Amino acid sequence: MIVSIQSGLLCIHHLASLIPLHPPAASSIAQDVDDLHFTLTGITLFFTALIFGCIFYFMLKYRRRSDDEQPEQVVMNLPLEITWTAIPTLICAGIFIWASALYIRNSRPPASSTEIFVIGKQWMWHLQHPEGPREINELHVPLNVPVKLTMTSQDVIHGFYIPAFRVKKDVVPGMYSSIWFLATVPGTYHLFCTQYCGAEHSQMIGWVYVMEPTDYAAWLAGGAKNESMVETGARLFDQLGCEACHAANNTGRGPSLLGVYGKPEKLRDGSTRIVDEALIRQAIVNPNSVLLPNYPSIMPTFKGQVDEEQVLDLIAYVKSLGTGENAPNERTPNQ
Amino acid sequence: MSTTAVADLPAPSSQSPVNYLNATYGIKSWLLTTDHKRIALLYLASITVMFLIGGIAAVLMRIQLIEPQGALVQPETYNKLFSMHGIVMVFFFLIPSIPAVLGNFLVPMMIGARDLAFPRINLLSWYLYIIGSIFVLYAIMSGGIDTGWTFYEPYSSAFSHTHVIAAVLGIFINGFSSILTGLNFIVTIHKMRAPGMTWFRMPLFLWAIYATSVIQILGTPVVAIALFLVGLERLFHVGIFDPAIGGDPILFQHLFWFYSHPAVYIMILPGMGVISELVTCFAKRKIFGYEFVAFSSMAIAVLSFLVWGHHMFVSGQSIYAGLIFSVLSFLVAIPSAIKVFNWTATLYKGSISYDAPMLYALGFIGLFTMGGLTGLFLASLAENVHVTGTYFIVAHFHYIMVGGAVMAYLGGIHFWWPKITGRLYPDGWARFAALVIFVGFNLTFFPQFMLGYLGMPRRYAVYPAEFQVLNVMSSAGATVLGVGYVIPLIYLIWSMRYGPAAGPNPWGATGLEWQTPSPPPTENFEEIPVVTAEPYNYPGPKVVIRG
Repeated sequence: MIVSIQSGLLCIHHLASLIPLHPPAASSIAQDVDDLHFTLTGITLFFTALIFGCIFYFMLKYRRRSDDEQPEQVVMNLPLEITWTAIPTLICAGIFIWASALYIRNSRPPASSTEIFVIGKQWMWHLQHPEGPREINELHVPLNVPVKLTMTSQDVIHGFYIPAFRVKKDVVPGMYSSIWFLATVPGTYHLFCTQYCGAEHSQMIGWVYVMEPTDYAAWLAGGAKNESMVETGARLFDQLGCEACHAANNTGRGPSLLGVYGKPEKLRDGSTRIVDEALIRQAIVNPNSVLLPNYPSIMPTFKGQVDEEQVLDLIAYVKSLGTGENAPNERTPNQ
Repeated sequence: MSTTAVADLPAPSSQSPVNYLNATYGIKSWLLTTDHKRIALLYLASITVMFLIGGIAAVLMRIQLIEPQGALVQPETYNKLFSMHGIVMVFFFLIPSIPAVLGNFLVPMMIGARDLAFPRINLLSWYLYIIGSIFVLYAIMSGGIDTGWTFYEPYSSAFSHTHVIAAVLGIFINGFSSILTGLNFIVTIHKMRAPGMTWFRMPLFLWAIYATSVIQILGTPVVAIALFLVGLERLFHVGIFDPAIGGDPILFQHLFWFYSHPAVYIMILPGMGVISELVTCFAKRKIFGYEFVAFSSMAIAVLSFLVWGHHMFVSGQSIYAGLIFSVLSFLVAIPSAIKVFNWTATLYKGSISYDAPMLYALGFIGLFTMGGLTGLFLASLAENVHVTGTYFIVAHFHYIMVGGAVMAYLGGIHFWWPKITGRLYPDGWARFAALVIFVGFNLTFFPQFMLGYLGMPRRYAVYPAEFQVLNVMSSAGATVLGVGYVIPLIYLIWSMRYGPAAGPNPWGATGLEWQTPSPPPTENFEEIPVVTAEPYNYPGPKVVIRG
């Protein structure tokens, strides 16, 4: 008997050790998010215990003792109503402010961030480093260096999620979304797709490797046989004949692209837009939607001729041609 | 509550000789009926079938997830299972459950009317529901659908190779059933209340049904149109949602959640109404803070339309939109909290009995509290980023939808079963089943909160091995929950033939529906009652403290 209880307890102990309670916390924001998480957990437990406690207490204390009982009919207590409206309101206000401040802070990538590009496609993650290395379902990042990911999808909506970093963002076809993180613990972490994307959604997973900066530099150099994104972009620029119109000395039929990145441009429809990744992408796949006033609308669309990776290469090339004077260091996050 | 106090009710007699069940016979008398009570039973039978279909899908999913590499089916099949589970349970079980069954049966009886305002439209609603169901069942039988119940673009229009059109058409048609039922209830509550039944003498169930009907009328057309456009996009490549042809996939999410968040309240508000009836009856107490409970229903209905963006915090919505939707989502928690506190206070100094419906009601209050509080996690922007799209979401909405809405539905069915059938079910079995369901529910879904925080994404047919223990616990709990659902099915069917006669008012409840025989005659009341008192007028010295 005692033995079976002992083995039962051992079993429970063993089971408890099998159940993980925390995901690894490996980014600069993970601890902050966890603090919020456990505060909310505390609030949840408190109120759940309060309600269940009251229910059980009342159930016992006021259980029906005879069928013709006539309980006192307490129907209204205004101070009580006001109290239990005000307390949850105050708690909600506090949590809202805390969570929102943290979210805003977590949404702004530092200006010094290293950029890496992400393309989701059914059913793999394609990751592209400006220096050249391209990876599938693996992402190598340096320790203690802010990394900004610019992401798009080639087909349906995917969700880019690294639980250990507490970051997640949908990866949407036709637009660029971005997240950033600063990895603080070397190691290997899960990368998941969190937006259902078809048959092999659950296999659209990968690994994130956080490396010491020196190891990371060596890893990048090991892939140096690849040309960098700017080099690929320049080659594409040449192959696709972009140079014919977008001549650097502004003698072509289209505008020169020297120094346009980050510059505000007044479009033919009267609106003014900063030349950013999204605008360059739009100009390549749907040129008629971003016409400039002084140029003819003769540019053909390159949609179908270039895939999302090549669009990113071309953007990298255009960015390498210099940035405009008014280039803001940070554009509106979240775009 | 009419002039007749509970104590003065005619002594419980055996079933009345002629009632709505035996007034006419034959299949035609059921399929062409315009009696709201018979239509309620038609709904009861059809949504039970749909619940079983959705339930079978859930069972297969939980078997699949016992092993990390998937114990049962290929991922393609698993994707079809969770899509079928979601579509069937949301659109064909939860949304019609309490309104179409209990609402249909009770709205006219509770206000002292002989039927709904538009009895034929009521029957039409049921046929629309059946036609919609047939389309969805066709989609399932002919190979399934794999978009999830959310139909996210551009997957649903340009990439899925399954029967999306049949499914969206089914939901579209079923939407009209929902709209017409809501319309019918609103008109009935406005125009057909018995003499003396003022708005503030109405049972809180009616306030909840009224608030629900408003959402059904205003919200359903939006989702119907959004899904119609998905069909158009799929057939004719219009370019509304698919970015490859110039559309905006985020627009679909806005349209979808503009309905589908309020739809959550279509599912839970009627449940809250049921709980107000049960708690008062089994505590023999007037409801605590009637006005607060009533107006919180209306507040929820209004606010529910302003929070849809909290489904899209990581979708690419701007920070500022995120902030607005976050604060509104916190706001909608307040009226829910008010209800919970008032129900709990209603127990205070009551005369509490533990009949089966009360066990469901108390279970509801606890589980809804947990479901609501975990909603705060999701309203918190920085936390939402981590747990959205994971099992945390799955656990949260099952606490609301199953721990809340289904518990309330079962509680309501057990409470009004003697009225509906004229028979009593075995009380011991009913209490036992309520406990089994409560335990099984928590075993199934609590581990999913932990899985979500650990980072396991939802809709995964296979998963990393470290999540296995929690998944096995969840599947084991689902077995208990499944057994818990089968027990009532058996004894309730048994009771229809063998249960002892219930008499008009077995619980000693107030409310007009308890002042007619069980089962009621076709015209509900021999004479239209005159109401002179507030609801829940249980005997006992009245104490009002107005601060």
